[in-house]
Parts: sequence; structure tokens; C-alpha cells
Amino acid sequence: MPKLSLSHFEAALLFALLTSVVLGVVTKKTDKERLSYGLRSFGYFVGVLFGLAWLMYLGHG
Amino acid sequence: MGFHPNYIVAGPCARLKGMAETKPAARKLPSVPVATWAPVVLVAWLIPGGGHFYLKRTGRGMMLAAAITITFLFGVMMRGAMFEPMRGDLLTTIIYYGGFVADMASGVLYMLTVWLGYSQPEIAGHVHDYGTKFLVAAGLMNVLAMVDAFEIVSGRKS
Repeated sequence: MPKLSLSHFEAALLFALLTSVVLGVVTKKTDKERLSYGLRSFGYFVGVLFGLAWLMYLGHG
Repeated sequence: MGFHPNYIVAGPCARLKGMAETKPAARKLPSVPVATWAPVVLVAWLIPGGGHFYLKRTGRGMMLAAAITITFLFGVMMRGAMFEPMRGDLLTTIIYYGGFVADMASGVLYMLTVWLGYSQPEIAGHVHDYGTKFLVAAGLMNVLAMVDAFEIVSGRKS
């Protein structure tokens, strides 16, 4: 199995994408709702990712 | 002293009673025999997305299988550590037992990886750390898939 090296951002983005797919599939009842929820969930993940990144950056001074 | 005829017939609490009656009664779902749902949940645990394939929800099954397997494989490629049950203080016990259960929830992916001799000691570094989290997350995603399969087989979802 090849060894993989990802940056924090790449790993977190990949995690957000895969988790959003699963959340979208299992949470809602129609395909349209699933797609919408998956995209929204991914958007929230990315939003929180950038928010926390800026918070840590500013916190370090 | 004159009362409105409806007031006398229905009484002073009639409006309150009426409000209580208009509330939708809690709908009790019929229980599903264990023999019906247990094979589905077992297949869903062993094979990510398998419960959905078993119930002929092929599209959703494929998406779940792909997402969970990719998450697990990324975890292995990042050389994440597998949790093993370990006792210590409360937090250590919760983390290690919880992590072990979550790793095992990946079903056949976990079993194959362990049988093939994958053993990664815990070492410092963000990539390994993400790998460990990806392995745990794959198991937790499979738990969600199992719950979804159960809801489908019990008629709570289509």
C-alpha cells in the first residue's frame, strides 16, 4: 500500500467531502434533498475549517 | 346571568380539551421481528453499503460503499494507527475502547487489514494522526449506514 502524505488542508478537505457524501445519503428522503444537504454540509465543513484556521492564525499573533 | 349555550354544554375546559385532542397522537411504529432486520444489519456491518445492496437500494449502496472504503483506504495510506482496547484512567479507557469499537465497525475492511498484518504504532505527525481519524471515521460512517439500512427494513424510510 503506497504511503500518502497530505497537508492539513488537503486532509481536512478530503474528510469533509467524504463525510458529507455519507451524511447526505443517510439523512434525507429524496435525492434532491440528499444532494442539497450534502452540499450544505460540505459548505459548513469548509466554512468552519477556514474559520478555525483564521482563529488559530490570529490567536498565535 | 346568561351563558352562551355552547359554554354550558361543553363546559369551561372544553377549549383546552379540544386543543389537546387536536395535537397529533404519537404514532407508534409496528415492531419488526429480529429475524427480518438482523441479517440486513449484519450484512451492512460486514460490507460497507451491503445493507443497501441487500435491500435493492443500489445507488445509495454504491455511494456509501465508495465513501466508506475510500475513507478507510486513505486512513491506511496515511499509516493511521488502529486502536486496541486499553485500560487506564477514564479518558484513556473511553478513547481506546471507543476507538477500537469504531475501527471494528468498518467490518470486513478492518478484518482484512488486521489479518493481512497491518500494524502501525502511534507516532507523532499530523499525517499519521489524520490517518487514525480517517480509520475511526470510516467505522462511524458505516454505523450510520447500518442505522439507515435498519430504518429502511423497518419501514421508517423508503
